[in-house]
Amino acid sequence: MADGERDGERNAGPGPLRRALGYLRSYKRDSIGAALALMLVSGANLVAPLLVGRAIDTGIAPRRADVLAYVVAGLAAVALARGLFTFLQGYLAERASQGVAYDLRDALFGQMERLSFSYYDRVQTGQLVQRLTNDVEQIRSFAGSGVVQLANAVVMLIGAAALLFYLDWRLALVALAVVPAIALLLVRFVRLIRPLFGQVQQTLGRLNTVLQEDLSGVRVIRAFAREDYETARYKAVNDELLGRNLQTVRVFANNFPFVFLLANLGTLAIVWFGGWQVISGRLSIGELVAFNTLLGFMLFPILTIGFLSANISRAGASAARVFEILDAPLEVVDKPDASPLPLLRCRVEFDDVSFRYPGSEREILRGVSFAVEPGSTVAILGTTGSGKSTLVNLLPRFYDATGGAVRLDGHDVRDVTLSSLRAQIGMVLQEARLFSGTVRDNVAFGKPDATDEEVRVAARAAQADGFIRGLSDGYETVIGERGVGLSGGQRQRIAIARALLVDPRLLILDDSTSAVDAETEAAIQETLDRLMREKHRTVFVIAQRISTVRDADLILVLDEGAVGAMGTHEELRSTSELYNEILGSQIVDEPVAAAGGDG
Amino acid sequence: MVLVVLGAVAQAGGPWLIGRAIDRFILQGDAAGLARTMMFLLAVYALGTVASRGQVFGIGSVAQRLLASLRARIFDRLQHLPLRFFDRRPIGDLMSRVTNDVDTLNQLFSQGLTQLLGSIFSLVGILVAMLVLQWNLALACFAIIPIMVLTTALFARRARQAFRLTRETVGDVSAGLQEDIVGVREAQAFNRTERNIARFRERNAANRDANVQAVAITSAFSPAIDVLSTLATALVIGYGGYLVFAGSISVGVLTAFLIYVQQFFRPVQLASQFYTQAQSALAGAERIYNILDEEPEPPDPPDARKVGGIEGRVTFGHVTFAYEPGRPVLRDVDFEIEPGQTVALVGPTGAGKTTIASLIPRFYDATEGAVGIDGRDVREYARKDLRENIGIVLQESFLFSGTIADNIGYGRLGASREEIEAAAGTVDAHGFISELPDGYDTPLGEGGGSLSQGQRQLLSFARAVLTDPRILILDEATSNIDTRTEKVIQNALATLLKGRTSVVIAHRLSTIRNADLILAVRDGRIVERGTHDELLALGGLYADLYRRQFREPVRS
Repeated sequence: MADGERDGERNAGPGPLRRALGYLRSYKRDSIGAALALMLVSGANLVAPLLVGRAIDTGIAPRRADVLAYVVAGLAAVALARGLFTFLQGYLAERASQGVAYDLRDALFGQMERLSFSYYDRVQTGQLVQRLTNDVEQIRSFAGSGVVQLANAVVMLIGAAALLFYLDWRLALVALAVVPAIALLLVRFVRLIRPLFGQVQQTLGRLNTVLQEDLSGVRVIRAFAREDYETARYKAVNDELLGRNLQTVRVFANNFPFVFLLANLGTLAIVWFGGWQVISGRLSIGELVAFNTLLGFMLFPILTIGFLSANISRAGASAARVFEILDAPLEVVDKPDASPLPLLRCRVEFDDVSFRYPGSEREILRGVSFAVEPGSTVAILGTTGSGKSTLVNLLPRFYDATGGAVRLDGHDVRDVTLSSLRAQIGMVLQEARLFSGTVRDNVAFGKPDATDEEVRVAARAAQADGFIRGLSDGYETVIGERGVGLSGGQRQRIAIARALLVDPRLLILDDSTSAVDAETEAAIQETLDRLMREKHRTVFVIAQRISTVRDADLILVLDEGAVGAMGTHEELRSTSELYNEILGSQIVDEPVAAAGGDG
Repeated sequence: MVLVVLGAVAQAGGPWLIGRAIDRFILQGDAAGLARTMMFLLAVYALGTVASRGQVFGIGSVAQRLLASLRARIFDRLQHLPLRFFDRRPIGDLMSRVTNDVDTLNQLFSQGLTQLLGSIFSLVGILVAMLVLQWNLALACFAIIPIMVLTTALFARRARQAFRLTRETVGDVSAGLQEDIVGVREAQAFNRTERNIARFRERNAANRDANVQAVAITSAFSPAIDVLSTLATALVIGYGGYLVFAGSISVGVLTAFLIYVQQFFRPVQLASQFYTQAQSALAGAERIYNILDEEPEPPDPPDARKVGGIEGRVTFGHVTFAYEPGRPVLRDVDFEIEPGQTVALVGPTGAGKTTIASLIPRFYDATEGAVGIDGRDVREYARKDLRENIGIVLQESFLFSGTIADNIGYGRLGASREEIEAAAGTVDAHGFISELPDGYDTPLGEGGGSLSQGQRQLLSFARAVLTDPRILILDEATSNIDTRTEKVIQNALATLLKGRTSVVIAHRLSTIRNADLILAVRDGRIVERGTHDELLALGGLYADLYRRQFREPVRS
């Protein structure tokens, strides 16, 4: 969310990044190996120009072919060693960084799977995906080669400086005069680029949110002919991103050439001053050439540090965004002393239950109390937004009650382990979401090792067997992420089969037949009634149709989060005005025609 | 371009001047000459700085503009792809193409291209300088180039394959991720979290392994080139030393040559590195072009008609439709709706009701036969214009992030707050909206956040009301709304429907009893047509559906 973005920027700094780098610890061998290899490469880099200088001074100038041959052989050896270590460095660093990325993603995904419903009510999936992919990638690219390069740059810098002083301290002083200027320029560069990178990441996040919405809402967009509007919306953010990227380019263009200029000035100073010294006989020409090359080796790490500092701030911002998710409190977790829930007979009791969303003042549920015996069917009615879904969501602990308690067979749902609780509850959610895979996979979602027979029995009970067999490949037909190709009612029936397959002790149907036609619904209901009574299972059902609720053992009528009335159909018919009002159109107007149809 | 050439001249000029300084002045002991050359060198460096500044900015901004326009092109194409393109593609994979794959191009441009273009020109400059300085030494040095080209080609091919795998696996990761996050409620409800985590772990590991493998190739590549270039340096020293012995070149020339050799191989190295890196971007680009090459919806006819002022007569003339060739979902659907009439579609799930309704705004085009509005084929109208005259409330209400007012206002851009509130009032949504903490300005998370299904549906209802369409399609629009609210809406709808052509799909038969025409659909065919009373008297499918809904008569 937008708030998260801002937090991310505020927290950007060494803290989260250091924590992210802590993940490197699992890959100690690779990281240290990479660092060692890199230092050897750097060493070889330092040796090469010395050898060249030597070749000129002791081989070529005095015309000694044997020395020249040695030097040439030495150079070749150095080249091979450098090649080997360069490879090791690149490979090991990457392996470590890929490991870090893997671990971070793994941790993030595990966390996301466990965060409670109320978290998902607030966040956008696009943002979560962005953090798990792009942000992790930013951290990865720094954690691997970045860290190793940084360590190397520091070592190189010190090594090269030491060598320069060893060769000729006066020349070294002249050469190093440009270093503070370069450092200053780089500091300025980092200060300019850091906030820019933060903005780029944030704009990118917004761009992806637009894209995400566009893809998920494509039907609505087409329906309202808003393609141009969406394109304009995307273009606005895209242009903003372009603007920020251009700003970044400008900062690079305004700084890096000058850094190179300063480095070149160092060369110039050395050739001039060194040349003058050669003329006065205090320095050999070979030394001068070697010196010049070494200066390059000193300036290079400085540039590296400059480039890396930009990456550091980028990775830091990403790390903050990643840890924001990892640190999000899990609102629904097992208590430390949670015990597994024994097999339920399923007496359900709500004891003065209230609920409100975190950070919200408004009570969604207020003082809900009722109890039902095992094997009962409870129907929940109420106007839109009266808290029906919230009430049933407390049973499998998708949310935890903020007041009172929900008990199953006398066990407070918060005292038992989540997995043992949810394993005994079958639920059909309001929005029937199917997953990519075959129809069979979707029915067997809660019990992937179910036999074909079990799958078919569940589908038959949900009145889905018929249409499934009519699909091109029957149960093996592949359906898309959004279950496209299936109608709303067909999707709901697969979702019902899914819930029945796990043979739940408690079945919850959250308005799950709204898109099913009356004929099919009647059939589903008959099977369900029979199944549940046979097995003596408790059922909670949220529905709008009178045919669904009429036979319930207990009907709860919710009114703005409180129980407005409860009882059986007959009782409520005579006592509850609200009940009559909610079912009004169906009760008052229908019976005559219906009675006629029924004979 | 001028800047690039200038930069190359400056880059090549530096070593040449230094070599000259060593040979002519330092070795001759000419301090004044040295000073002159150094001043000249300073000028060359200054020139080089100006050139490279322009270069960095020029190339950088061209690259960024290119990427921005690429993103815009993809997005634009996505707006014009037929709906069936989206039917079977996971959102996460599409997302990955627009974000991750474009990002590989970004990396290539921002890191590689600037350096590459600059270095290619320097390469030419240095090449010329080397040949002029000492052609035989230069040729000896160039002997290594064919080997480099061969090595690069070899590596690039393998790298391309490896990177293709990394792009695919990262697409898998985000597609799975997207689906799992959206379906997290189901995962928790069915105790699937552990299994999902295990599955994600597999994909995650596959991506990691693909990356490590790709890197094994690329990180072997650059040392290989490095070894070759160092060997070239050794060659220059060996052969050059021999030449110095033979007295054909001076030490200064050799020194300058050594600097050239190093400078020469740096761009070569960069270029080949770039080439390998480009393989990753190319693998990404392939996936991007998969989208861009996708056939868009056929364009509107050039002489597309204005829909404005239509009466709203809708005709289906013997329409057959198949999502997949050979498996028709609709067969010979033939009916006509007079302007202002309400037609209800009823029938068992999967009968094809939604598909019939989808053909009117051209979500899909009929396979055979034609859908017409006011006697003209819908394909003769411009899509945008057509859809703006049709209001649709879909079964699954989709809300955008933004405020409640934004979401209702989506129906007609530029609608005033009063109009938005009035639309909300029409569908009885004003009440619950006013109770929200910020009323109409309450921000919604994607998908509506903590609103209930029914509340979300009311919002999409208000959205359609605001459009003030000539033709209104309600696809299961009231299935999640309780009967009491529905009754209120119904009254409002009665007023709203007056004078508009409407197609209503509903399972609650009470919703559709007053329709002018009821079409009972089964297996893609219209099996019964008539009014409520006529169809009840017929005692067929409709009567059956109707009776079952009120299974047992309620005696009051």
